Amino acid sequence: MIPPAASTRAIDAPSFSTSRFRAEREADWIAFDLLLTRLEKKGAAALTSDELLQLPLLYRATLSSLSIARATSLDKALLDHLEALSIRGYFLVYGVRETRLNRLRRFFLYDWPAAVRSVWKETLIISLIILLGAMTSYSLVSSNPEWYFNFVDEEMSGGRDPRATAEFLQSTLGHGKAAADKGESGLHVFATYLFTHNSQVSILSFALGFAFGIPTMMLEYYQGIGLGAMMAIFSAKGLGFDFGGWLFIHGTTELFAAALSGAAGLRIGGAVVFPGARGRLQAAADAGRTAGKVMVGVILMLFAAGLLEGFGRQLITDTMLRYAIGSLMLLFWLAYYYIPRREDVT
Amino acid sequence: MTAAAANAKSRAARTKKIRQFVTPEGVDLELKIASAGLRFGALLVDMILIQLALLLFWLLMLWIGVAAQSDVTEVIWMLGAFLLRTFWFIGFELGSRAATPGKRLMGIRVVARDGGRLTADAVVARNLIRELELFLPLMMLGAGVAQDSVSGWIMLAGVLWSLTLSLFLLFNRDRMRMGDLIAGTWVVMAQRVKLDADIAVDAAGDAMTFSEEELAVYGIFELQELERVLRGRDPRAMRDVADAIRAKIGRPVAEEDDVFLLSYYRQLKARLERKLLFGKRREDKYASD
Repeated sequence: MIPPAASTRAIDAPSFSTSRFRAEREADWIAFDLLLTRLEKKGAAALTSDELLQLPLLYRATLSSLSIARATSLDKALLDHLEALSIRGYFLVYGVRETRLNRLRRFFLYDWPAAVRSVWKETLIISLIILLGAMTSYSLVSSNPEWYFNFVDEEMSGGRDPRATAEFLQSTLGHGKAAADKGESGLHVFATYLFTHNSQVSILSFALGFAFGIPTMMLEYYQGIGLGAMMAIFSAKGLGFDFGGWLFIHGTTELFAAALSGAAGLRIGGAVVFPGARGRLQAAADAGRTAGKVMVGVILMLFAAGLLEGFGRQLITDTMLRYAIGSLMLLFWLAYYYIPRREDVT
Repeated sequence: MTAAAANAKSRAARTKKIRQFVTPEGVDLELKIASAGLRFGALLVDMILIQLALLLFWLLMLWIGVAAQSDVTEVIWMLGAFLLRTFWFIGFELGSRAATPGKRLMGIRVVARDGGRLTADAVVARNLIRELELFLPLMMLGAGVAQDSVSGWIMLAGVLWSLTLSLFLLFNRDRMRMGDLIAGTWVVMAQRVKLDADIAVDAAGDAMTFSEEELAVYGIFELQELERVLRGRDPRAMRDVADAIRAKIGRPVAEEDDVFLLSYYRQLKARLERKLLFGKRREDKYASD
């Protein structure tokens, strides 16, 4: 607030003066500032309905003051203050139109499946790439097991290579004696590790998308290669069916998520290469927003996959049951994403 | 006229960072793009805060873990660390101020480039890309060290390549990093500026009067520099400025510096604002009166 002596003095000043303009309007700015500060700290719930009605009025008064000040005043402190206040006010008044809970609800009901549906072409392409990778390595390793060592790290395979015996391979699938000895401790640690690791790989494969999608496709191809090589080893020992179950229980969710993250990356890469009628920047921004939604979904899917892999797979050793759970998950995701529903138009 | 050229250049540099941003009411907010230095400072602050939070969290988990004799804490730790790293930026930028603590400290915020509201998916997209920008150079370094077969030069090339992605914001005038580009966002200045008192209505402002010729020597730039000095209230700076003005207009040292400066400021401002009302904006002392 200004001291009364100064304000009477300013109003006494002759004709139009910027001091007088300020003395007349200053109370509005201070009120707006106070309102904004409370809104920022405590949200809209902290304001009474009178104050909420005041908000747009004060906002417009401040904007109009800014226009007048720019045209008439040379007081830098005043101009800076009004500018900062208007910017703050604009983003608060026009910024949030929804509560977080509402936003969350809409994300799960509409935005997430809609985003996934809209990248169906890319999802198909990435799935084919993963399949191609798997088939390549499968046929190569089947014809000559030596290829295996080119595809899978010593570290990652953990002894699951062509030299391993059928009994050992079986034990890694959670059957037989060795598996029973291992017990159940540390499962949740394992599950968490898998989740964080897979999420980071997916985020990477999404983020690499802007480089025309090529690194993304390579990464997904590589994922397929590891898979196919492993498959060839197990089926060579007649364990193909069991390995399928071991993979299937979490793999349907995890590979689906991997394909979606690749698809999100590819969508951005595609928008950069073929922007269509829009500007390249605009196309990338549009694709990025869709892909961002898909990616949040991917992280949630990977969380589910981590649980299935860490707990489900280690506790459920029956191959048929594993297949059943895996197929159920796959059906669930497909239904959730692709069954048409009434869109939320608002 | 090198000083005039320098003045014009600094003004041009300032306007180059200003972006038109018209509100539905038709007022241009003139947003200023945040500089790379501020962005880096904000990132550094956030990183330090995240590390501190992780450390505290780790100590807490260690303490609980030792007390409870269970490895559940390890799970909570791994999950918590992942969530904190991934969602620190997203969580804060979804708030009403659209800024992480680091950004708030630097007085900057995230804004949708098209002037619409900042959507959650844009925030998610720009922050997931950050993962790549920050860690790809490190990963390249790590991969090079892990595999002996990769020569130093190849490693260097990889790091350089990934650095061009990370430092993308230095190569465009909107200071967009890769994530901003993909999400359609900008980072702009959003400082809070306190409303300072109106020094032009001070009672000391009428102590002396200046003639038209004495006031005609300066323009808006000098007026606002004078305002800065007056608001700063540093006696030595005021003395220097007062002496410079006295020498310029040929007045003897007769009054207190602050009285002299305040009077001069007030009358110069009144004169320039009157001219402004008639559509004449004199940017600095080099411009014609």
